[in-house]
Amino acid sequence: MKRLIYLDHAATTPLDSRVLETMRPYFSDVFGNPSSFHTLGMRAKEAVTEARGRIAKLLGGHEDEILFTSGGTESDNMAVLGVPRYFMNELKKVHGPEVVPHVIVSAVEHHAVIEPLIWLQRRKEIELTTVGVDRYGQVNPKDIVAALKPTTVLVTVMMANNEIGTIQPIADIGRELLKWRKEQKTALPYLHTDACQATGFLEIDVEKLHADLLTLNGSKIYGPKGVGALYVRRGVKFQPLIIGGGQERNLRSGTENVPGIIGLAKALELAQADREVESARLLALREKLAAGLLAIPKTILNGHPTERLPNSVNVSFIDIEGEAAVLYLDAEGVMASTGSACASTSLDPSHVILATGLSYEAAHGSIRFTLGHATTEEDVDYVIKIMPAIVERLRMMSPVNLDMKYFETHTN
Amino acid sequence: MSDTQPIAAATNEARKGDVVAPTKEKGWFYTDTVKDHFFHPKNFLEDEADYKDAYMGMVGSPACGDAMKVWLKIEDNKIKDFKWKTFGCASAIASTSMLSVMVTENGGMPVEEALKLRPQDIMARLGGLPARKVHCSVLGDKALRSAVNDYYRKSGQIEKIEVEAGRIIDKVLKITDHDIEEAVLEGADTLEKVQQRTKVGTGDPSCIPEVEQLIRFYKEKYFGA
Repeated sequence: MKRLIYLDHAATTPLDSRVLETMRPYFSDVFGNPSSFHTLGMRAKEAVTEARGRIAKLLGGHEDEILFTSGGTESDNMAVLGVPRYFMNELKKVHGPEVVPHVIVSAVEHHAVIEPLIWLQRRKEIELTTVGVDRYGQVNPKDIVAALKPTTVLVTVMMANNEIGTIQPIADIGRELLKWRKEQKTALPYLHTDACQATGFLEIDVEKLHADLLTLNGSKIYGPKGVGALYVRRGVKFQPLIIGGGQERNLRSGTENVPGIIGLAKALELAQADREVESARLLALREKLAAGLLAIPKTILNGHPTERLPNSVNVSFIDIEGEAAVLYLDAEGVMASTGSACASTSLDPSHVILATGLSYEAAHGSIRFTLGHATTEEDVDYVIKIMPAIVERLRMMSPVNLDMKYFETHTN
Repeated sequence: MSDTQPIAAATNEARKGDVVAPTKEKGWFYTDTVKDHFFHPKNFLEDEADYKDAYMGMVGSPACGDAMKVWLKIEDNKIKDFKWKTFGCASAIASTSMLSVMVTENGGMPVEEALKLRPQDIMARLGGLPARKVHCSVLGDKALRSAVNDYYRKSGQIEKIEVEAGRIIDKVLKITDHDIEEAVLEGADTLEKVQQRTKVGTGDPSCIPEVEQLIRFYKEKYFGA
């Protein structure tokens, strides 16, 4: 059989068999609705409560601060749509009828954060400030502070980027916001951070991060798909997205995804328990892969050279297009992804890579390899072995031969 | 470069063009013919030295995701050889490869006939492309026309040179690419806005992928994005 190497763990991860085992009883045996007042309902409710408590403890929060959702996208939407909408009327009373809530977002956020914010902006429900990043994709906390206004209700910056792996200084941003709030004698703005990519590798402590809202997701940490959570600090207000039977303290209605929730708790526990050992192991592989790929002429590393997730290698091969390279890799059994427009539904290449100041040409040629539990050194060696020929072949077919002087800012 | 541009436009805008009925969505995947031409491309130019005197045409730019060069050898007004280089995805590479086969098979296609080829003709031979990839395949015929113009120029048939700016895009409404260029210059930066100005595609919806490509091309040309 053809060798298959999955290097797209930032897209999704396989379900850990230990997670599956903890979920198993909750599909058909303990199938009760946690809202029901009978034995099976109570048992399901107890399991959900227990899982909620464990997740809260791992994050350094309280049980009533964890809300279960259908995944990262819903958690992000809940935060970025819910907070401005909650404060809309209050703000108008204080600042005048024309005033709308102000939101600050980084230029490299996931679409689940950016798109709902742009939607609100188009509907004139918010004023939106996009804060740029440096060439490594990192936000400067000073830029966030400079963008703050008396009407700012929310700042949203991810913990680590899904495309280039760059880690953001969330704790520093959090400290700046605490200082601002103290000076201004206000509870706003809140700090929201999307931790979906970071959970398997970084410490997620809401106190150290000073996060008011934090997005978690099951499918990036060897947990089930279709389940996530939003940490919401006590006292933080937002308007719910889903209204109905009043589950999750009236903030997220709908019968709880009991097996998913049990699985999420287990996956998060395993991820946090293993993260230091696994990070160290992957870091060595990441460095080897990055060095091997950068040995190919006219190749640029995207993302921060050191402050980057230990599983993330994103490179741009100049003069070639990413989708073509990904398909050639797939034909050799290696599964990776690209920021090229051709691989997405839009005509624009990765907004993340463009935000680092790299040109459209280089963004179209970006390839992301994200390592995971199953990745071995042999896998990395194999990629390093086959990649040069793929790049060479596509370059032979390409009419483009850009001078590397145009990429000096990203190569020195 | 620390001062970066904020996100210019929502990607949703671009996605609208891809909305199709779920029953008609062909999905992501390529036909075997596309795969064959992608993994085993025919006629791509390996050594430029042999084609110094060939008729050359080029179109697109790597910034908009697709760029293409073609080299033609023409004898007795028939295309005897077609070599190419393409920067682009699988659709773009396969389309160019297929075009090179179409114009050189059966002893070579007469130049005037080749000028009538449209992206749809190439797609038909490829067995179709996924809906969202159609826009990747619209450069081949343009590069071919550009090279044929080079042939007309070099062979003294100046009167035959077709000015690309006057080429009809929507054959029902007789909208030319010049009209689309004007619309983009006047600030129409999406298909919807260009349609509001030109009605392009309402008469001949099959030209919409090409219109989108042109909007992208002119935006890149004039506004650098």
